[in-house]
Amino acid sequence: MKITLNNKTEELDGLEQLSIQELLTIKNFTFRMLVIKINGKVIKRDDYSTAIVHPNDDVKVIHLISGG
Amino acid sequence: MPTIETITSLLKNKTVGIAGAGGLGSNCAMALARTGVGHLIIVDFDLVAASNLNRQYYFIDQIGKPKVVALKENILRANPETQITIYQAMVCKENIVHLFSGCDVLVEAFDAAEIKQMLIEQASTLLPNLPVVAGSGMAGWGNTNKLKVECFDNVYICGDGTEEASEINPPLGPRVGIVACMEANTVLELLLKNITNENNPKQ
Repeated sequence: MKITLNNKTEELDGLEQLSIQELLTIKNFTFRMLVIKINGKVIKRDDYSTAIVHPNDDVKVIHLISGG
Repeated sequence: MPTIETITSLLKNKTVGIAGAGGLGSNCAMALARTGVGHLIIVDFDLVAASNLNRQYYFIDQIGKPKVVALKENILRANPETQITIYQAMVCKENIVHLFSGCDVLVEAFDAAEIKQMLIEQASTLLPNLPVVAGSGMAGWGNTNKLKVECFDNVYICGDGTEEASEINPPLGPRVGIVACMEANTVLELLLKNITNENNPKQ
């Protein structure tokens, strides 16, 4: 299926849906502090394994690191 | 091209929230005040410490003062027209709406990743129409060309996304100052988006 991930089109071969947790694993996003949105809606950390990404969804994964 | 009068007359009616008055917040607030943003709401619980002076907009004789008090003094020396509302407080889930709901743009200017994450997540949930400009990745020196601004819906992340501050990779004045001014510059882009800038055709 095709999704938009961080403003770029992303082809996920052989998948019709997946959880945010699975997406993070596939994309190897290992940063500790994340803000995640699906179609503009914030997904809390506790919901990463139950929040489902569907074809054509717009997913944002913002990672934050310390310093300022 | 707009004149400085056009720009300042637009900015004087704008309110920008600054969450944190450290390296990012103090420098970003100063840049916005000098440019003529009319109202700044600045929130920080901390006191000025000697170790802050390598990158934060404070002076030796302000050590021990609340940062928000010292920053207000410094901003008013540069631009006494600025209206500055200060809160010496910790920003948390419970007070974000109270502190920042009247803002046109919110600047994330904390140090720790956990608090950056909390602010962006809560602001995106509770104040979804409020653009948030944040900083992530600015420790060390050099590598100026790695610093960039990325847009995620109405969240704008300034920095390199990789150089995390730590004991062995401390935040230093120039890169923190650059990212603070990238935040201020992004705020201006948002506040002035209805002015055509012929030097910048992407707008």
